[in-house]
Amino acid sequence: MTATLASAVPTKRRRSVTARQNLTGWLFVGPFGIVFLALLVLPIGFALYLSMFQKSMIGGTKFVLFGNYLKAFSDPSFLDGVWFVIRFSLVLIPLQMAVSLAIALILDIVITRYARFSRLMIFLPYAIPTVIGALMWGFLYSDNFGPLAEIFEAFGQSAPDFLSSSLIFYGLLNIVTWQWAGYYMIIIYAALQGIDPTLYEAARIDGASQWQIVLRIKIPLLTPALLLILVFALIGTLQFFNEPQILQQLAAGAIPNDFTPNMYAYQQAFSLANYNYGATISFALAAVVFVCVYIFLFATRKRGSFTS
Amino acid sequence: MKTTPVIAAAATLVLASALVSCSAGGDEADGGGGDGSDATNCTNTITKDDLPVVTMWAWYPNMELVVDNFNEASDDVQVCWTNAGAGGDAYDKFQTAISAGSGAPDVMMVEADRIPTFQVQDALVDLSDLGYEDVKANFSDGAWKDVSVGDAVYGAPVDGGPMGMIYRTDIFDQYGVTPPTTWAELETTAQALKDAGGPVFASFAANQPATTTAYFYGNGAEPFTYDPSSEGEIGINLNSPEIKEVLDYWDGLVDKELVGTEDQFTPEYIAGVIGGDYATYLSAAWAPGYLQGAGVGEGADAGVWAAAPMPQWDTADSVAINWGGSAFVVSSQAQDPELAAKAAFGVYADPASLDDGWQNQIIFPLNVGVLDSPEFQDYEVPFFSGQQANKEVYVPAANAYTGMTYTPLGQYYYSALTNQIAAIIDGSATGSEAADALQADVVAYAEEQGFTVK
Repeated sequence: MTATLASAVPTKRRRSVTARQNLTGWLFVGPFGIVFLALLVLPIGFALYLSMFQKSMIGGTKFVLFGNYLKAFSDPSFLDGVWFVIRFSLVLIPLQMAVSLAIALILDIVITRYARFSRLMIFLPYAIPTVIGALMWGFLYSDNFGPLAEIFEAFGQSAPDFLSSSLIFYGLLNIVTWQWAGYYMIIIYAALQGIDPTLYEAARIDGASQWQIVLRIKIPLLTPALLLILVFALIGTLQFFNEPQILQQLAAGAIPNDFTPNMYAYQQAFSLANYNYGATISFALAAVVFVCVYIFLFATRKRGSFTS
Repeated sequence: MKTTPVIAAAATLVLASALVSCSAGGDEADGGGGDGSDATNCTNTITKDDLPVVTMWAWYPNMELVVDNFNEASDDVQVCWTNAGAGGDAYDKFQTAISAGSGAPDVMMVEADRIPTFQVQDALVDLSDLGYEDVKANFSDGAWKDVSVGDAVYGAPVDGGPMGMIYRTDIFDQYGVTPPTTWAELETTAQALKDAGGPVFASFAANQPATTTAYFYGNGAEPFTYDPSSEGEIGINLNSPEIKEVLDYWDGLVDKELVGTEDQFTPEYIAGVIGGDYATYLSAAWAPGYLQGAGVGEGADAGVWAAAPMPQWDTADSVAINWGGSAFVVSSQAQDPELAAKAAFGVYADPASLDDGWQNQIIFPLNVGVLDSPEFQDYEVPFFSGQQANKEVYVPAANAYTGMTYTPLGQYYYSALTNQIAAIIDGSATGSEAADALQADVVAYAEEQGFTVK
């Protein structure tokens, strides 16, 4: 009798302690939870709900379940846009990573008082809002205001028009690389600072050249940081929107409304008042991003450590 | 240890109450119809407090004066005006308010080509019985057609854009050419200019689908037929011989490098206009005001501008065309459509406002009282070095204009036409091919939207 009583009391107390701990936990999660639900889960749920209806000017709105998705994945506007951002990613990301990696490695080796200043200057474009950056490049590419025209004129040539439909790819490539290389450089640079310097010392004692240290020690140890950048860049580029949307004001012919999937979703929702199809395009794009990132992570699963 | 949960709880509470108050605020605004018809938030000051108020969105630059003029003269309604952005910005807000079912103003300024897009969503009020008959005589038939859908009138016209050719007298004098009167002449003149080492003659821009549509009408094309009472039937004739002829013509000019192909309304284009990169600007009556606002005609290019009528396909059968122009519409969210219609027809209709509008080159009025007045006809336009451009070019064009047929497909059509102009410019399609592709594109969209294409 006494034994059971004695054991019952602690259990009860333990239970109330657990309950209180649970409550405390919920209170901590609460503020985030509310914001998360109200500003992320609810809108996404609503967009998903919208995407299951088809709206037309004549005949109104009707429930079609996944009909809009079938349409999206056979819609040349959407598919061409997806194909464009994939092509763009394939060229942009390696270029961007090569540039930022090279700069970070150089800044890591050069230790003068200019190194700090250079680092800041290379990072600066990232601090400029993308909208302003795009506007600025719009002027730099300009025939009447830009320096390009004058430089080419000095050699008796006419400047390439980076806002024409044949060169807009490279015009955008340049803007995005300029904007983001500094940011990626900082990430790589920070990762470089985290490498144990005794490794370099040991390598030097073994007779390794500076070049060999870079190739055999620094780059392999940077792999997690590089993979992180790659995933960021991939997701960001597949959702390409700001720069083309701004430059469209200067080059409507080269950048049509269905230039990228996000621009197409914007056009459908806000210019053609078809929120349903706009939501569908957004979700279809999310699916494409998910597949691309998954393929990428699967392909690099052995090398990356941040994924495990 | 013990205070942390309390803080967390407090933070949660504050946040939750903030969210609740947000939604409560939203509900409150609903009663008044959202920020659009919130009559307490006017840019202008209403002095006659006891009168009912109508809310209005408009972006005419002299709107403040115009609204004050109206309110002063009116004894039964006052206008509460807000500038909700110009063009696209305002339409996006209006569209969102329509979709949401609340938040739209009672009266809204729109360009005529937008009216059917809003009308098909039942967002506009038919004004035929709400004062249209009283002001019918004040505007030409073409002006009324532009703001009508089928037999119903949805807008009170204010200003228009009869087209003409603005040209540079210095370039014309230098190369010894005169303003062409036909499109064929335009091509030979442009060729002569090019052969003599002169600048390009005009501009064919991908971002100007509205201008290009006006060119279609100039050749007698009828791109759309639409009557909302016909249960979703629509006629689309975008690959008619007339339209193919127009697009092939411009394709030829582009191929021979006789016209520029940069987008218009960009700093780049304006710099080119000032710098004499273009011998002409095929434009509307509001263009001098726009160009002056952008700094044209003030520096080295002062006093070199003149206006001439638009080139014609057939001078024996000339067609007047129009680009742009706005009207006031009444939203179906208006609580009192009759009062709103009174404001829509009354605002920017009094002589003082109209005079301010045209004398400061803000609008080209469509009110025939102004168009026929000697002051307007004989006005020596400073931008054109004193040329009586109204009498010589724009008033005849406005009077001869017979109107266009706009449809709910307008937005999509412009976007599709922009793509085809781009294809013509980069050489991936001829004019005729572009017209066929345009037809297929717009027909597919129309069918997807539930229309029966005739």
